[in-house]
Amino acid sequence: MNKSIDPRVNRLNFPEEITEKKQLDQWETWEVFHQRKRGEQHEHAGIVHAPNAEMALVMAKETFGRRGHTANIWVVQSIHVHSTGYDDDDMFSTTPEKIYREAGGYKVMEKINKYKKEQQ
Amino acid sequence: MDTNTAIKELLYKIADDQLIIGHRNSEWTGLGPILEEDIAFSSMAQDKLGQSQAIYNILNSMGEQDADTLAFMRNAAQFHCNHLVEMPIGGYDFSLIRHFLFDHAEWLRFDMLMNSSFEPIAKLARKYRGEIKYHIMHADVWLKQLGNATEESHNRMQTALDNSFNMALGIFENGPHEEQLKSEKIFEGEEILKQQWLKKISPIIELANLELPAESTWNPSLGGRAGKHTEYLQPLLDEMTEVFKIDPSAEW
Repeated sequence: MNKSIDPRVNRLNFPEEITEKKQLDQWETWEVFHQRKRGEQHEHAGIVHAPNAEMALVMAKETFGRRGHTANIWVVQSIHVHSTGYDDDDMFSTTPEKIYREAGGYKVMEKINKYKKEQQ
Repeated sequence: MDTNTAIKELLYKIADDQLIIGHRNSEWTGLGPILEEDIAFSSMAQDKLGQSQAIYNILNSMGEQDADTLAFMRNAAQFHCNHLVEMPIGGYDFSLIRHFLFDHAEWLRFDMLMNSSFEPIAKLARKYRGEIKYHIMHADVWLKQLGNATEESHNRMQTALDNSFNMALGIFENGPHEEQLKSEKIFEGEEILKQQWLKKISPIIELANLELPAESTWNPSLGGRAGKHTEYLQPLLDEMTEVFKIDPSAEW
């Protein structure tokens, strides 16, 4: 193998021929949820590879908690996450039109705004 | 002997250990076994460099040179690190075992120093407690994983442990001011630290299905604290200081 300009690489004495790893020859994945401050929601941050929960937490700490604030981390095996599936995403297609489900969509908002204006 | 001389001796060996193991572990950056571990190990290596810098800054406030000069301008004979930290990274088995053996000693040392009568080091020990807590958690999890995984991983971890244990005992080489540090309540001493360390690592080694080398074979690798090092330290320093020596005034 050609000598690397990185002395660390040369010291590792890689074999002449690198054999390819088998596909999927790796640990399972864990979903990582990161909480910035106590009381706040945990937010999905990404995934880590790990053979068990203990190691998943250890990996998650540095992969997703090494910058900024962290109060707490959850890990869940990816196989335990169930999903609706994109084939059925038409279930959600008319939802954005249903503004009556949003606080701002009520007709009474006009009255509220009028009242607020009067109070100023 | 005045107190400051004793304190400086203590601080130099702690900071030099951290700088050298930090540099060694950073040699894995980009070459780690999996991405997540590469990130974790590199991040901890940075932590160690940061800890050493903080201690060099205390030394600087006691009249020694500034942190960069202390880190980059001394030769091997002026370093006080132990032999374990200066060894080449070897395989990941050795690097993990070294991380396990060294970081538990560091954790306990900092635990002692939190109550030191020398306030700057007590404050620093309290500050970095959480950081080192993660380092030993990481080490313990890996040790248990590889000690119990396959025959190959188990054997490699056991061999690495056998080969590094005497160097790890060298961490606790007595300094010239042990009694003074003890009587002035600055540091409880290397011997007590070693006993605590053996007590702390033994059950974890057992959980990893590994065995400590028989006590009859224990033979601490000494001399590092007095500037007598293995052949591996000077090449490490040459490589570490290469950029600094090209342009000492560079900002980075």
